[in-house]
Amino acid sequence: MQEADFDVGAEIAALTAGHARAGAVASFVGLVRDSDHAAEHGGSGEDHGTPATINAMTLEHYPGMTEQALEDIVSEARQRWNLLDVTVIHRVGRLLPGERIVLVAVASAHRGEAFAACEFVMDYLKTRAPFWKKEETPQGGRWVDAREADDQAASRWSQA
Amino acid sequence: MPIKILYFASLRETLGLGQESLELNATIDSVATLKNHLAARGEPWTALAKMKNLRAAINQRVVNADNAIADGDEVAFFPPVTGG
Repeated sequence: MQEADFDVGAEIAALTAGHARAGAVASFVGLVRDSDHAAEHGGSGEDHGTPATINAMTLEHYPGMTEQALEDIVSEARQRWNLLDVTVIHRVGRLLPGERIVLVAVASAHRGEAFAACEFVMDYLKTRAPFWKKEETPQGGRWVDAREADDQAASRWSQA
Repeated sequence: MPIKILYFASLRETLGLGQESLELNATIDSVATLKNHLAARGEPWTALAKMKNLRAAINQRVVNADNAIADGDEVAFFPPVTGG
């Protein structure tokens, strides 16, 4: 958890340093969008087809629980796949469109495990880590609603 | 020893409060009974009862409504998470 931006290249270099067996790194970077296309469906606005403009986004979190939740998610990923190392960085505070929010990077011997574990960590982070987004729009502040699609994405990992 | 109660995100704004301390008594022994006790304060606290998908954590672990609360616990109420 940090307010400052991160350097993706430097983080990946640090992740694989000392891991001579690392043959693969899969990474995901989440960014702040400048508009919310979800708002044009099911939203209350009358101007269908025009995405809501987002001027900035503020990320709130639950200090202490956030760290614990992320550690639990990474440790579950390590039980499911043979991973060499995992980096998770999540920013908090006020961010502008285009800014990086989150980085998940996974190193493993082969790509299959790195791809799967990276997606798993993001799916669980979205549904289990205590972060909340508030968008600043021309119409005022608006807390982002949780998405059903995120729950579905996370639940596929628990199917037998 | 009182419990510490934390509120986050839209719930924190609705209540106008981020945290408070509360002494437990015989009628407040679980997440559900604590929630009812708080909602009985009237507006804006009724939001706790009205909110769909209200989540709760005890000592920084997500729990269900029937989970017991003990002296000294840190209890948190919050809406579904939206990070990432």
